Amino acid sequence: MTTTTATPRGFGYRHPRLRLAGLLSAPMAWLVVVYLGSLAALFLTAFWTVDDFTGQLVKTFTMKNFQQVFTNPAYLGSMLRTVSIALLVTLFCLVLALPLAFFMARVARTSWRPLLIAMVLTPLWASYLVKVYAWRAMLQPETGVLAWFLDPLGLSSPGYGYLGIVITLTYLWLPYMILPIYAGLTRLPDSMLDASSDLGAKGGRTFRSVVMPIIFPSIVAGSIFTFSLSLGDYITAQIVGGKVTMLGNIVQTTYVTNLPFAAAVATIPVVIVLLYLLAVRRSGALDNL
Amino acid sequence: MWANRGERILFRDRLPSAVRILNQGVTYAMPEPSVAIRLRGLTRRFGDVVAVNGVDLDVLDGEFLTLLGPSGSGKTTVLRMIAGFERPDDGTIELAGVDVTRVPPYARDVNTVFQDYALFPHMTVQKNIEYGLKVKKVPSAERKARALAALESVRLGAYGDRSPSQLSGGQRQRVALARALVNRPKVLLLDEPLGALDLKLREQMQVELKEIQREVGITFVFVTHDQDEALTMSDRIAVFNEGGIAQLGTPTDVYEHPATAFVAGFVGTSNLLEGVAAEAVLGRPGTWSVRPEKIRVVGVDAVPNDGEHAVRGTVREVVYVGMSTRFVVDLAVGGSLMAVQQNSEMSTDLGHLRGQQVQLVWDARHEYKVAD
Ligand SMILES: Nc1ncnc2c1ncn2[C@@H]1O[C@H](COP(=O)(O)OP(=O)(O)O)[C@@H](O)[C@H]1O
Ligand SMILES: [Mg+2]
Repeated sequence: MTTTTATPRGFGYRHPRLRLAGLLSAPMAWLVVVYLGSLAALFLTAFWTVDDFTGQLVKTFTMKNFQQVFTNPAYLGSMLRTVSIALLVTLFCLVLALPLAFFMARVARTSWRPLLIAMVLTPLWASYLVKVYAWRAMLQPETGVLAWFLDPLGLSSPGYGYLGIVITLTYLWLPYMILPIYAGLTRLPDSMLDASSDLGAKGGRTFRSVVMPIIFPSIVAGSIFTFSLSLGDYITAQIVGGKVTMLGNIVQTTYVTNLPFAAAVATIPVVIVLLYLLAVRRSGALDNL
Repeated sequence: MWANRGERILFRDRLPSAVRILNQGVTYAMPEPSVAIRLRGLTRRFGDVVAVNGVDLDVLDGEFLTLLGPSGSGKTTVLRMIAGFERPDDGTIELAGVDVTRVPPYARDVNTVFQDYALFPHMTVQKNIEYGLKVKKVPSAERKARALAALESVRLGAYGDRSPSQLSGGQRQRVALARALVNRPKVLLLDEPLGALDLKLREQMQVELKEIQREVGITFVFVTHDQDEALTMSDRIAVFNEGGIAQLGTPTDVYEHPATAFVAGFVGTSNLLEGVAAEAVLGRPGTWSVRPEKIRVVGVDAVPNDGEHAVRGTVREVVYVGMSTRFVVDLAVGGSLMAVQQNSEMSTDLGHLRGQQVQLVWDARHEYKVAD
């Protein structure tokens, strides 16, 4: 044929699939080898044990580590506490993010949006440790900033512990909830809200029946961030948690002496997040969009 | 608030002041005109832009009224103020004699068909249509029956379970219409509802919309920038220009007797004789409009009849447009006119006339003086 030299030319044009593969090979390799590979190693290790006398890895399959986590009240309590902290943080983030994102996306002037987004993002530029230590200072009983504000009202600072962890994590992960909800709300056409009120719905009804279902995928996206980031955290618990421990702290204290047990503990949040994703999928809330 | 028409009329009767306003300037012997929407001095500014500037308008009960005008002339803003999405800076809005200027949209007995349809993406077609009834707490069985009837009236009876994303543009448009009509509003507002459709479908929907309006007897306020659409569908047309009404009248009025040069140009082709040309041809000063289809193209030696005006010129363009042929003729006295001839002859290729001298002839009764 004489048309083989016709434009467009080049290997990539004639073989779009190969071109795509070429573009994606590096990130795919990273994903498969480094990311999934290390996850697989984690899962595998979780089913091994350590010889109590020699400290050597015993590479035979056993459920012992998981049995221990689920039967030892201390570990079980820590697991339930971690999940409840992650759920509470997600709930608080949602309650705070909804009005903030709504204001940013639909009330404030368009010209203000970049500034408002910058304000939400600024805390992310500061070091994680700096922020947690700042909260340590805020939460300090009697002399902390919160105590200074709350004591005159007859209340006392939450201090270090469960509530301190929840407050600090809520602060840390709030931007991850605000941004997807904000993005979802800006994509919501004005006419959708007008149509709802045109059909007789007041503000509250419109929010429940129109806004919430339409931005639900954004909320799910945000909650995946806040939930999984909270589940895996251990530094915050160390700094503002007082005596309260989370799953991450158990991993931290056991991985040197008993790597397989630490791996088993670390596997739990991964499984919980997977279950959460499955539940969201099953609910069908993401189907229509 | 107003559950049905009967109650609404009672409501009006209970308000003597509204009745008095209704009767202002009207002899009491005349029957009281039934006004569905009354706008007085309606004004809306956006920063420095005056989007709507002191609009006065009475829309009659059961009427199909079109707001026609170029983009940016304030049509949408007027519609949004009637619906309640936009607060006027000045002026009042009455619906069936009741001042609703400060009433929120959800409490107005008005429904809107949006330009982008604004169907809820997370609800099926059926649920979309039921939404308004559900909000008003209509019992489930009645709701379903009414939604189905509404769907059937727009010929989409079998589509209730689809999601809006599975419908074509024309089907979405009809769902939007059904969603509004199912509430049996007193007034239906439509903002360029056919704008997104292709020509064939648009023409079909124009006929359907008009039929539906006749059947349900609801007042329609219809926004468009398409003059053909306005002329075909409307009982009356309000021609908008720069935030005000340039002319209000029946399609025939607006087309045959344009009140201003703007209306003459926007509704139909701007075919104006002005200044020197008007003096020379008509013997009268001012700006005059003659519609292209009223003008005959004849040879230079033809003699016009009594009561006809004639002018010589050179054919600049001959455009064959299927049913007819359009001529643009540069006049010897200055300016140019367009003439349209039906292609009823066997041979209709008139291209050879380009560059030829011709005479344009029309009945003097088809000349209309327009304000500048
Ligand atoms: N929300 C708004 N903010 C600023 N200007 C607006 C807004 N809505 C309309 N306008 C301006 O008001 C004028 C009339 O607009 P509109 O009513 O949409 O005209 P039309 O529907 O006839 O095209 C335009 O100049 C438009 O730019
Ligand atoms: Mg418009």
